[in-house]
Amino acid sequence: MILNVKCASFSYDGVTKQFEDVSFSLGRGEVLSLLGRNGTGKSTLIKCILNVLTLQNGKVEINGRRVTGMRPDEIAREVGYVPQVHHAVFPFTALDFVLMGRAPHIPTFSVPDEEDYGKAEEAFARIGISHLREKCISEMSGGESQMVMIARALAQEPSLLILDEPTSHLDLGNQMKVIATIDRLAADGIAILMSTHFPDHGFMVSHSVAILQDGRLIAQGPAEDVITKENLQEAYGVDVCVCYVKEAERMVCIPISPCGCRGRGEV
Amino acid sequence: MTCGKEPTAETGQEPGKNAMLDLPWVTSHGGMSAHETVIRFIPVNKVIYLLPVALFIFSLFFGRYMMDPAETLRILIIGSANALLDDAASLLSTLSGHQVLLPFFEQTWGASEQTVVFRIRLPRVIAAMLVGGGLALAGASFQGLFRNPLVSPDILGVAAGAGFGAALGILLSGNPWVVQIFAFAFGISAVAVTYGISRIYRNSSTLVLVLAGIIVASLFSALLSLAKYVADPYDTLPAIVFWLMGSLSAVSNTDVIAVAPPILLGSLCLFLIRWRINLLSVGEEEAQALGLDTKRMTVAIIVASTIVTASAVCISGIVGWVGLVVPHIGRMLVGPDFKKLIPASAILGASFLLIVDDIARTLTATEIPLGILTALIGAPFFAYLLTQKKVGWT
Repeated sequence: MILNVKCASFSYDGVTKQFEDVSFSLGRGEVLSLLGRNGTGKSTLIKCILNVLTLQNGKVEINGRRVTGMRPDEIAREVGYVPQVHHAVFPFTALDFVLMGRAPHIPTFSVPDEEDYGKAEEAFARIGISHLREKCISEMSGGESQMVMIARALAQEPSLLILDEPTSHLDLGNQMKVIATIDRLAADGIAILMSTHFPDHGFMVSHSVAILQDGRLIAQGPAEDVITKENLQEAYGVDVCVCYVKEAERMVCIPISPCGCRGRGEV
Repeated sequence: MTCGKEPTAETGQEPGKNAMLDLPWVTSHGGMSAHETVIRFIPVNKVIYLLPVALFIFSLFFGRYMMDPAETLRILIIGSANALLDDAASLLSTLSGHQVLLPFFEQTWGASEQTVVFRIRLPRVIAAMLVGGGLALAGASFQGLFRNPLVSPDILGVAAGAGFGAALGILLSGNPWVVQIFAFAFGISAVAVTYGISRIYRNSSTLVLVLAGIIVASLFSALLSLAKYVADPYDTLPAIVFWLMGSLSAVSNTDVIAVAPPILLGSLCLFLIRWRINLLSVGEEEAQALGLDTKRMTVAIIVASTIVTASAVCISGIVGWVGLVVPHIGRMLVGPDFKKLIPASAILGASFLLIVDDIARTLTATEIPLGILTALIGAPFFAYLLTQKKVGWT
């Protein structure tokens, strides 16, 4: 197992629990989608896995080592993190930006060398965005900058990739591009944990799906078992329709309009 | 807005903005202007390294007492060689126990030239380079740390603290050494207090640091006002006011020897970690995820920058603008990557203050305070830079 989270609970103030008793694990090449409404603690859980925040109870293990005992650069060699959005202040070129992913492999008083440039180029090529190399991140579209951030995480050469709502602010085309990239990386053997607001992503790429609701995992397992009418009703408080679409050759999950007059799910 | 690499490549890439700018009578946006063509083919990031060397030599012979450039160089080289031989001779004498005489080069110039070069101009020129380079370097580092291109080295209160320290020193004794030590000590203490206040909050984000810096700076400027209020208006008050405007006119060799080690040491620290400042400048959370110990890095940058700034300010007084403007010029020339920006800022800062100091000592019969000139030159220059598209931040 690459990632092992056991009985994890966390609280900012020691009284109200953000989440408790969360357990799951993730092996090579597996994709886990984490669903749950806004503010339910998905990002907090991710920060705990990255050891930016410390769990109150339970433990997080990466490749068998507890993260609390690891130095930041040791964790960064194992885990790549792709944040939701990047707020660019200085207009770094994509190459400079992706090179930053080499930081855990570069000694403190040193600068990137030939090998690091090579690895950065590799990361660009791997997800097919070599043409963006010289472009400034401040001039990029949301889709481009998301891909560059994935490339930066890949430059870390991680065994686990964590993406925080990777498609939240992207158009349909870019959403699919990112999802396809995630699928490809998983096929290469990287374990992937992503939080998402689209249950459909579970059907597209995930080996398993977990739903976080009120600080607990209310369901966990294969997408077909977890993404159900009942579970999503509980998690999001909306009626959904889950059914098989022949043309897409997969299950889909779509919300039913609250007014009830359209999209009743007859496909 | 745009990045620092190719100025011309971007023309036309921002259709919205250009449409606004392309007024019928403005034609310059059309093609590549002559100076842009020239700049593109000069390796800017290498050429700037020659700038301080040229200015250093120029500043030695240039002044109200004009000297022959060749003569100045000869005095500098042969004079230094003689001084070294002299030192070596006395060292050997003490070691061996009897008089050792070493040959020395013939001195073809008068005592007054010797004094001008070695006692007046050399310390002043070196001081200008140390102060300018140090302030620009510290400013660039702080802009990265605080993820804000409008930050100057004063943001954590070092200048306010040093100003009060100097005023207190002037009131209590007036001895230049006391004034310098007080300025240095209070500059460092102000930042220490700022950091202490920010630590009260467990979540010590850089925003809290900035707020604490504002608190401490206003506290010390109130104390400075108090010091001015009680100062003797015919004697100590002018001294305080003059110190606050900044000047290098009184810098001696001993001053330079005293502040050079801390400035060089602090600069060396910032130079060594320069690439990692990139990580901090994209955000604390991302930097942590990239394996950076952000807390230790923040402390390292604050300590190194503060030592550099406090040491610079204690011999020069308050010299504004250098730490703010020069990193911007650097970013326009070499781009935002701190690996190149840190050395570029140091070099440009040293050159900038050297030019300003040359003007300060030659323009009029009496010295013009440095702080006045850096603002008078820096402000319009900065305004001009902002009208160019290559700003280097968004």
